[in-house]
Amino acid sequence: MLEPENSFVTPKPADKSKIWKIWKVAIILGVVTAAEFYVALQFPESWKEFKLLLFIGMTFIKAGYIVGEFMHLAHEKKTLMWTILLPTVFVIWLLGAMVIQADAIYQAIYS
Amino acid sequence: MSDSITLKSNNKDLWGGGVEPFKASYGKLMMWFFLISDAFTFSAFLIAYAVIRLKHPAYEGTLSDFTFSQTYWPVPEKVFEAFPFFHGVELPLVFVGLMTFILILSSVTMVLAVEAGHRMDRKGVEKWMLWTIVGGFTFLGCQAWEWSHFIHGTDLGSRLLDGSIIYGANLQLNQYGPPDFAAFFFFITGFHGFHVFSGVALNFLIFYQTTVGIYEKRGHYEMVEKVGLYWHFVDLVWVFVFTFFYLI
Repeated sequence: MLEPENSFVTPKPADKSKIWKIWKVAIILGVVTAAEFYVALQFPESWKEFKLLLFIGMTFIKAGYIVGEFMHLAHEKKTLMWTILLPTVFVIWLLGAMVIQADAIYQAIYS
Repeated sequence: MSDSITLKSNNKDLWGGGVEPFKASYGKLMMWFFLISDAFTFSAFLIAYAVIRLKHPAYEGTLSDFTFSQTYWPVPEKVFEAFPFFHGVELPLVFVGLMTFILILSSVTMVLAVEAGHRMDRKGVEKWMLWTIVGGFTFLGCQAWEWSHFIHGTDLGSRLLDGSIIYGANLQLNQYGPPDFAAFFFFITGFHGFHVFSGVALNFLIFYQTTVGIYEKRGHYEMVEKVGLYWHFVDLVWVFVFTFFYLI
């Protein structure tokens, strides 16, 4: 069997700037989440559309950092990046189509 | 046939089985493609949620006057305002916010594990994988509490049109709003929770294989990266669920 304690591999020293970069992304994600809270609980109720826009914007900022930095997609080959990102266009199309459909259903029931 | 062979020898970027056009290994590429398909599944869930929510009337009054009713879609921050050990205190979205922070933190420790793997630092990978597993379990525990609270309901419950009072939620009826509201809560957070559970299981497998020195013998820690991709994706999905289910 393998003997874990008999390791002959010496780890390379950690690059401090690389680790700091990881924590920087973490701090950004935390701050954006905190900002989402602030918007949800402190902004006036009447700013419905504006709040919705802010939420969607902040969600995509967070998604960008997670996919780009944590999942490393921003540093992969550009062809790989677009292979992953372009299919999500279909999601946006589906969302648009279904929201229109939902409105039609609502109109049919309630007006 | 002979054409493609000539092409391969002329251009190193063309796929012939021997080169990696994307500069990513087969396993990593397949993980990405799996995640894309999984993203479609979650998108379908969230878009279905949008459709069903928009076909119900929205609550029109002010937040302070809000009461649960079967006739309109509830305001999420009025449903999710409980916190363990703070019974009766209204803390809108605080618990789910805590869950978000826990999942983001466990994503950070995962990146640190991958970074340690690049340096062949087994002790580092072990440490950070363990923290990632702890984060995953904590999130699952929080979700279990949230589900339990959602199912059992509030002290006062909610009065139905026939005068009877209903507490909590099941798949037929719930005190918070239309039946579909609870159904989507169970399916969306449940499907995500199952992903977290699978992620914790995979993380544990990676942790175990690290401790017995399999990756050190192999000469690289790429498995940590692959499972890391999956774990970050679970975090990514939660970011969207948090916004589209809890905040809006």
